Amino acid sequence: MSKPLDAIIIGAGHNGLVCAAHLARAGRQVLVLEAASQPGGLGATREFAPGFRASVAHTLPQFGRKLVADLALENHGFRLAASALPTVALCPDGSGHITIADGTLSGACAADTAAYKAYQALLQKFAKAINPFWHKRPPVLGSGGLRDAATLGLFGWNLRTLGKTDLREMMRMIALPARDLMDEYFHSPLLKAALSWDANVGSKLAPRSPNNAVIALLYRMSGDLTGGLPLASGGTGGLMDALAKAACANGAGLRLDSPVAKVVVEQGRAVGVALASGELIRAQKIVSNADPKTSFFQLLGARHLDIQFTHRIRRLRTDGYVAKLHLALDRLPTFTGLAYPGGRLLLAPTMQFIENAYDEAKYGGYARRLPMEVLLPSLQDDRLAPAGQHVLSALVQYAPYTVNGGWDAQRKDFLDNAVASLAQYAPDIRDCIVASELLTPTDLEQQFGLTGGHWHHGEFALDNWWMNRPTYGASQYRTPVSGFYLCGAGSHPGGGIMGAAGSNAAAAILEER
Amino acid sequence: MSPMVRLRASRDIAHIHRGIMPTPFHSRSSRLNLNQQWSQWNGFASAVYYADPQLEYFATRNTCGVFDTSPMRKYRFAGSDAAAMLDRMVTRDVMAQPVDTVAYNVWCTDTGKVVDDGTLFRLGAEEFMLCCADPGYDWFCLAAVGFDAVAITDISEDLAALALQGPTSCALLKALGFAGIDQCKPFQVMRFPFGSGRLLVSRTGYTGDLGYELWVQPQDAELLWDELFTRGGVYGIQPMGDESLEMARVEAGFLAPDVDFHGSLHTVERGHDHSPLELGLGWILNFRKQHFSGRAALIAQKESGNYRRLLKLDIEGNKPAQHSILYADRKCATEIGYITSALWSPVVKANIAYGLVEAKYFGGQIWAEIYHQKELRWQRKVARCTRVTKPFWAPERAKLTPPPDC
Amino acid sequence: MTTRYDAIVIGAGHNGLTNAAYLAKGGLDVLVVEKNDYIGGAAVSRELHEGWIYSNCSYVCSLLRQSIHRDLDLTRHGLMIVPYAGTTNFSRNGDYIAEYTDQAMRYREVRRHSLRDADAMVRYETDLMRYAKLIRHFLLRTPADPTSFKPRDLAELVFMGKKFAGMGAEQVYEFIRFMTMSAGDFLDEYFENELVKALFSTSSIIGTALGVYSPGTAYVLLHHVMGDVDGAVGAWGLARGGMGAISNAIAGALREHGGEIRTGAPVQQIIVRNGRAVGVALDNGEEIRADIVVSNLDPKRTFTVIMDRNDIPADLRKKAEHFKIRGSSGKVNIALTGAPDFPSLPAGHPLRHGSFQFLDTMERMERAYDDWKHGRWSEDPFIEMTQSSMWDPTLAAPGHYFVSCFIQYCPAAVQGGWTPAKRDAFGKTVIDQICNYSPNFRDLIAHMEVRTPYEIEHEIGLTEGNIFQGELTIDQLMFNRPFPGYSQYRGPVKGMYLCGSGTHPGGGVSSACGANSAREILRDLRRPNVVPEDDVDE
Repeated sequence: MSKPLDAIIIGAGHNGLVCAAHLARAGRQVLVLEAASQPGGLGATREFAPGFRASVAHTLPQFGRKLVADLALENHGFRLAASALPTVALCPDGSGHITIADGTLSGACAADTAAYKAYQALLQKFAKAINPFWHKRPPVLGSGGLRDAATLGLFGWNLRTLGKTDLREMMRMIALPARDLMDEYFHSPLLKAALSWDANVGSKLAPRSPNNAVIALLYRMSGDLTGGLPLASGGTGGLMDALAKAACANGAGLRLDSPVAKVVVEQGRAVGVALASGELIRAQKIVSNADPKTSFFQLLGARHLDIQFTHRIRRLRTDGYVAKLHLALDRLPTFTGLAYPGGRLLLAPTMQFIENAYDEAKYGGYARRLPMEVLLPSLQDDRLAPAGQHVLSALVQYAPYTVNGGWDAQRKDFLDNAVASLAQYAPDIRDCIVASELLTPTDLEQQFGLTGGHWHHGEFALDNWWMNRPTYGASQYRTPVSGFYLCGAGSHPGGGIMGAAGSNAAAAILEER
Repeated sequence: MSPMVRLRASRDIAHIHRGIMPTPFHSRSSRLNLNQQWSQWNGFASAVYYADPQLEYFATRNTCGVFDTSPMRKYRFAGSDAAAMLDRMVTRDVMAQPVDTVAYNVWCTDTGKVVDDGTLFRLGAEEFMLCCADPGYDWFCLAAVGFDAVAITDISEDLAALALQGPTSCALLKALGFAGIDQCKPFQVMRFPFGSGRLLVSRTGYTGDLGYELWVQPQDAELLWDELFTRGGVYGIQPMGDESLEMARVEAGFLAPDVDFHGSLHTVERGHDHSPLELGLGWILNFRKQHFSGRAALIAQKESGNYRRLLKLDIEGNKPAQHSILYADRKCATEIGYITSALWSPVVKANIAYGLVEAKYFGGQIWAEIYHQKELRWQRKVARCTRVTKPFWAPERAKLTPPPDC
Repeated sequence: MTTRYDAIVIGAGHNGLTNAAYLAKGGLDVLVVEKNDYIGGAAVSRELHEGWIYSNCSYVCSLLRQSIHRDLDLTRHGLMIVPYAGTTNFSRNGDYIAEYTDQAMRYREVRRHSLRDADAMVRYETDLMRYAKLIRHFLLRTPADPTSFKPRDLAELVFMGKKFAGMGAEQVYEFIRFMTMSAGDFLDEYFENELVKALFSTSSIIGTALGVYSPGTAYVLLHHVMGDVDGAVGAWGLARGGMGAISNAIAGALREHGGEIRTGAPVQQIIVRNGRAVGVALDNGEEIRADIVVSNLDPKRTFTVIMDRNDIPADLRKKAEHFKIRGSSGKVNIALTGAPDFPSLPAGHPLRHGSFQFLDTMERMERAYDDWKHGRWSEDPFIEMTQSSMWDPTLAAPGHYFVSCFIQYCPAAVQGGWTPAKRDAFGKTVIDQICNYSPNFRDLIAHMEVRTPYEIEHEIGLTEGNIFQGELTIDQLMFNRPFPGYSQYRGPVKGMYLCGSGTHPGGGVSSACGANSAREILRDLRRPNVVPEDDVDE
């Protein structure tokens, strides 16, 4: 080694890359170690069938302009394939699809269209009030630190600036289940289901689950890349490559195919990592982009932690409930009643339909007809599939991590259900499929090192939020073991391609001297 | 749809034992318990006293006394991670603890508050036994999270135990044929063939005097009792109950859970639990070993120096200061703490106590407001307390190997 | 004919009576008007079958504020709260788990099922106790309005902050988690044994239109264990003479302070003139005037039924319409001619006197909730069966028994609407469930009263039959109860107030809502406070 390393980042997921880029930009010697042979983690664009490529995380609702500018990502090849994908709530009989685009509805009744304006305006107000806090280190109670007290105070102040009426509404609304919220505003069952989607997707929650829906909605409104739902060129991996390049351009090293086996602790301090190959690399600071359970139990080891702390990490709810489906299609399928399937298609006719699927999953089963979020990214980006052919990328709910009988036994049946669910809307879909990839939570766990296959590295819920994410004692990216840090989605603010955890972690590290 | 229910008759169900449970020695101890005075300890009958608590107490200081510690909770930790797991849980260095030794330990929460205390037996490279007064299985399981190769078993009911304590205890064991027992050092463990299996002897106890604890399979419990009492007559053996043990343990400077400290896991009010530093257990905090739970918090507390102290107090007069409030002045204007344990020590001839005193005051004057009764009439006195740093009772013989008169 | 009072309280439920008693004690000339021919609302004792006294709605109490009991001298007015002991939860394998009140017995009983869980109980009970002690500070206080800059609200926020901070930072984090998580997740963090978890989970969904795994139910669990009987936190008691004894005692205190009660007097509307409440109009056309009108009715009924749309702000009307007051519980009250046999418990076992449940896994509870979601009563319902007369000899003749069964889940609306036939089918489901565990139960039934949410709503006036006057979810608790901006008992027009369980601190026979409301009214009238501020907890 030429120069001693300031920091090692374990995992080249987007948060790891963002963290590395920030540290490197500040002049730190940084090395990113990635187990896979390409960077990006869940954002990587992978070839799942010859010529067909897709990313597990397929949209960028939370990505922000500031990061693009700070890291000059456009200089490193970041482009958008689509700036504002419409969301289309598909109606099972093909008539009466509702499209949500540019903050307006089409296809809904007048009352709903009007209500949506008010609803959207209110949520945007709320989102604006809390947006800065996604990008700040959460405060710590009892720390006495001025900066943290200021964050808490600012949070209170921002809420107060909403004014009495809106703040009162927020106090109540923040805890509403999606279902109650939708029922208060809208008539159309299809619209309600569509608008409730982002409140629960990826969690073990459903429209009737209280307390977490609104905060999840606001979280997904945190991006400001375009004001709509953006799609990266080259798949999300396009962004990942740009992040990797940005990190390297700033001087960070990136080693692929280098899984870390252990964090090396000497005298209570993290001093390096041991690779699976046996190689030992030392650094001042070790930053883990892995989920908290992996970080603390596998990489670090309970040996170096207090007992209640390990209990708090252990109790994190990390069972994934969503599967990812990639289909290679030899032509564009026809969605009944939809001229052009170029948006984010939601396949959930009612909130009850989603709830029913959830009820199956609670007991380790899954529904015959599955709620889905479907994208055909190759429509926006022809590099993802051979000419004239297409990729379908879908989130499929609910797929319980601990499925009855195990995923090996259930995989085919689940896939059949997913395809049958698609076929309700696109009757010719079966004829188009030339290859498929189904990533169950177990697959996500094995292929991406995510405990439980939970792509948010743990439930995004109020009880595991902000000061409690992943848990107190580690909510400021520092951990109880000096020299060991977290920078992944298990930390504030959470999952989604956003990079806030990575940049917040970098800020926390840079603040230390 | 109504569920299918398999109705069972009451007699086919293993209901909980009703009433107080007998220890493996109960058939013997109950014969000697002349007034049938029992307390309940973990559900088991524990003699309050047998014939006369005062005489039983003197047996531990003059001859030897036998206390039935079977209701004590005992846990076995086995496996290749056992040492590391325990080392991370307790405050002393388990990795360096030799096989066949015992170490008094405490285990703490993350904030450095005592969960419980107990004695840790290292019985093999990968085998340990932890003995404590209260159940602790849940905490041990929490402490084992992240350690794959450790099996924790509650063996409380698989092991009967007697504490044989007092100056003639070694001689009696020797007379029973346990050859080499006089070479057993304090906190050492020895094994002897006994009855249908073996007897584990540890030179440990709760009286501060020369003494041993005898661990035996339940089926051999009565045999052990009988042998001790058959041969023990000439060594002045006496059964001891809770009351005499309580006197001896305070003299010896030992702590009692839920008397001198409140276990952190069942403490509701903030600050009502205690750190080992507060309890005067700084000597068993090993900050040079690898990480243990509560380490960071305890280092911070130690560095601050700002913590309460459980002090050994010698109090003027002869009225035990049980339940007293402590003050910094004779006028009782400034409250600074309270007494946790107190008694008149018959051997030392002193009015002794433990008092928990606020950080600001432990170096200054300490006064106890004592209430005592004279023929029902309550009297109040304010007595000066003097700090004592050594245990009230620590005879040389307790440390010598071989012990004298053996 | 027009009569005139200083204050009128609509509804003679226990909170209405408490409110009126304190207003009377504060020197007001008070009238309580009640639609039914009897007082008590949901805290009643009625002889529905000759020789048997039924506590046919609420059936046990633990939240009743001791300071109110003492302050209103309820014992002299005939009230005695008797603690009862021991819940036994039967499982399908013929065994059971019992919650003994004695700690050593409870430990051994849980240990019989799981060593780990027996030891974990200490941790569980300590944590719950900590939260209970925190919450209890706020029961007899008016919630602060976090959006207000008034000195009083700021002071109350500081009080709250201090109580929180008093727990220590770690516990504040834990409490924040606790308040927002599900009871199922919470219990999973302590226990491993399904039967143990099932036993403790039942408190988390009583009266609640959520499942054990719905976020927010951990608080509901706390709501059911934060009460106490004589300082024994989590203990439950029975009112000797049935729950009506509570209402009657409070009514006794009310009358002693000069208050009046009129039964059989349903209110049609609260009369508002020039933006202030001036009285009530009864169904029979009679108008009664008063400067203060207090509604003990639930917020939804208050603002959508007995107040004119034009008298209240439009947004309040909307909030009332959106207020979550969901029927999820049924009651089956049964007169028995003998003691039912539960084969797994030996004759003479002390547990025979306690309450019985039949739930061996949380999954069964969750599935019972799934039925409710689909607008059906649970096929495999959860039942809490309280053998009231075992503890209260005044309810039935010797050898006869009154048992009160509380059932979860039963929807407010079933497809096609509730009919007597459907109601009876629901009753049969319940009896079938009990008979699974007690074969001779059916033969002993002398009379039974089946109450779905429909009956509860139509008899007592609780919208949808919700026993708490509104769900106990975060969006409807503390300063959000019933709605943000209306949590300080004041209505939208001058002189109009709320005092029912739909206000802070929520459901349960606590008297706290009525008392807190009275305190605010007296404050507005600039009269000295006569209402206890806090429970003494030394």
